[in-house]
Amino acid sequence: MPVRIQREDFDIGVETRAIRDGNPNVGAIASFVGLVRDMNNGASVVEMTLEHYPGMAENALEEITSQAKARWNVIDTLVIHRYGTLRPMDQIVLVIVAGSHRADAFNACQFIMDYLKTNAPFWKKESSAEGSYWVGARESDAIAAERWKPAPGE
Amino acid sequence: MITILYFASIKEKLGLAKETMELPSDVGQADALLAYLHARGSQWADALAVRPELKIAINQSISTLNAAIKDGDEIAFFPPVTGG
Repeated sequence: MPVRIQREDFDIGVETRAIRDGNPNVGAIASFVGLVRDMNNGASVVEMTLEHYPGMAENALEEITSQAKARWNVIDTLVIHRYGTLRPMDQIVLVIVAGSHRADAFNACQFIMDYLKTNAPFWKKESSAEGSYWVGARESDAIAAERWKPAPGE
Repeated sequence: MITILYFASIKEKLGLAKETMELPSDVGQADALLAYLHARGSQWADALAVRPELKIAINQSISTLNAAIKDGDEIAFFPPVTGG
């Protein structure tokens, strides 16, 4: 269940092939890529800086993927999250889930993203023509994470 | 000694990412440490007044203000997370 936090870009094709290779029981792969948009709350975004808490960020992503594996029939997962300075159209985050069947793969992929948004220690700062500002947490993200509760065993 | 880490807007407002200090004798919980930091002055109170809610991690696990703090701990203060 690899987790990578890196400055460098990623290639979804390369990563998808890697997760399939040597895994003949994989019947479904669901993936998500998050990108930098050029507009946020009406402001034109020129640049985004992503900061993270090294150590805790890796642990949080590993914990989230472990929860996904405990909850759904998942064969393997990959999460890559970038940090540093990014620009519109740049890739920010990649989640890949390989499973036997699509329902588990879709659900686990969405769960990982929803929990990542609310639990993994990353922070975005956007720069626009009007200046730089730290992005605020969204109520819609909290609601998206809330719908997966309770986790099994809770 | 304890290590305190600051992230995002808090780090920026303080101009400080990390500090180490002796655990003050009257600080046994996270809320007491927060009060200790607030007492350093208005710059600290302002930087730590995060909306909607200040987040705390102790030894890299999300924690709460009533959690115990002991010598050797790593305590982090940060705003709500906005990754992904």
